[in-house]
Amino acid sequence: MAAIDLAVEDLKTTLLQINRIEAAKIFKNFYEKDKNFEMLEHLTIEVLEKIGDGWENGQLSLSQVYMSGVICEELIEKYIPKNIVSDKNELKIAIGVLQDHHSLGKRIVYSVLKAGGYDPVDFGQGLTVEEIVARTLKEEIDILLISTLMLPSALKVKKVVERLRDGGSSAKVIVGGAPFRLDSNLWEKVNADADGKNGAKASKIIESFMKGGKQS
Amino acid sequence: MNSMERVMTAISHKEPDRVPVFHMFSHYGAKELGLSIKEYFSKPDHVVKAQLDMRKKYSNDCLYTFFYAAVEIEAFGGEVMFTEDGPPNSGEPFIKSIGQIKNIKPPKIYDSNPLQKVLEVTRILKKIIGDEVPIVGVVMSPFSLPVMQIGFEKYLELIYFKKDEFKQLMKINQEFCVSWANAQLEAGATAICYFDPLASPTIIERAKYLETGYKIAKKTLSQIKGATATHLASGIAFPVVDDIAATGSAVLGFSGEDNIEAIKERAAKKICLLGNLNGIDMINWDKEKTRKEVKELIQKAARGGGFILSDNHGEIPWQVSEDILLEITETIKKHGTYPIN
Repeated sequence: MAAIDLAVEDLKTTLLQINRIEAAKIFKNFYEKDKNFEMLEHLTIEVLEKIGDGWENGQLSLSQVYMSGVICEELIEKYIPKNIVSDKNELKIAIGVLQDHHSLGKRIVYSVLKAGGYDPVDFGQGLTVEEIVARTLKEEIDILLISTLMLPSALKVKKVVERLRDGGSSAKVIVGGAPFRLDSNLWEKVNADADGKNGAKASKIIESFMKGGKQS
Repeated sequence: MNSMERVMTAISHKEPDRVPVFHMFSHYGAKELGLSIKEYFSKPDHVVKAQLDMRKKYSNDCLYTFFYAAVEIEAFGGEVMFTEDGPPNSGEPFIKSIGQIKNIKPPKIYDSNPLQKVLEVTRILKKIIGDEVPIVGVVMSPFSLPVMQIGFEKYLELIYFKKDEFKQLMKINQEFCVSWANAQLEAGATAICYFDPLASPTIIERAKYLETGYKIAKKTLSQIKGATATHLASGIAFPVVDDIAATGSAVLGFSGEDNIEAIKERAAKKICLLGNLNGIDMINWDKEKTRKEVKELIQKAARGGGFILSDNHGEIPWQVSEDILLEITETIKKHGTYPIN
């Protein structure tokens, strides 16, 4: 097994035990080898993707996904190089919860994106269609991630996309949350550009958008 | 058989005349009466009329006095947001910091106007329907309620890192939950549906649940003076079937994502299953798809009793068409008569 694979397994096990101290040691040891931040970022995303997949296939819980994301976000912070020049920082990414104050899903994705080197703007929760559209237009957002909990809010994404286009924005819209999990075609019906099934998937979708791709 | 006999037979793991159906109508009643959701819940008479009308229309085997989950948050003094096409939702969590928990008192049932309306609906329905149809009341579990009280992120912090404050909040919620459940039973509810989505391994891993929510459920349910059903609100149930049965619940609401044959085998003679049509996906169904889904579910889950057909979330979405709900009932009548062929 390659060193990275071993580290992935170690870190995954530690995160699932919600063991911040041990996870910090793994981060430190891994980074100390060659002081390569990109490798550390890669390790983090690999682990969070495995954990996200584990949730999707029913092996892991949402609380484990959340706690893992938060721990990684905290730990990676101190390794981020100063004055980093990265393509990731050129993209304006925002995330918000539509019509709901349940913000766990948003927090998970936010943490994973931060851990993956992105710097998303947090629009908050309980947003109306008008509020999320206005902020996206005003801040010239390139990628908008919308989290929802209930079906009526998920269906309102269609209105968000319409109004964004009317306002001249070509922002890519990535959706997530329970309604999209329970109806796997819903993201297309509301004219979103992609379904971010979990934080790591959302991160990979953003990466593919940067390369000019789209979700199939 | 009347609805009560049908349901009680199924819960006793015997085969009734046909598969019982629970259409879990909450805010859907507003659609039935052509009212806004806010107006609908403003008067107990609206809910009573819609429940009775919809029972007749859809041959529903239960009356469901559930208004919306956030009714308990209103009782605690929190905010509720009404929308035009979905369940009223809790607003910003009213517990702003963990330190605030020590100052919270469980609300008195008889001081809360929204809870009083639910009790009034229960009393009127009981007077009209007697013992012919089960009246199902609802409580949020003490373990799951904090998601609306304090927000999910802070609550996870409590569960994992702040054991004292977690215990304190559980004590408050348990006291409230037991009083609220017993008040509904006194008003005429036949049974209480204990909504506990956090008991599902979809949300909290089983090991943590056994340390926390399981013990809380056992203690809480033992103080509720009537039959209880546990509902995981779309979360998978298979890994915790035995645990939920051990809490004392007679019925378990399972998920559209559970393997039906596997859960049927595990639940046999232990706990009656309730489910598991995907309410979200239902908005896309036509009549043919509906028949297929219902027939398949009956084939896999109904033999030997111990099964009530329902949606998997405990609430029919506003967007589901009446035709689909009528088709569910028709298919049950046609293909859900015992013995199942």
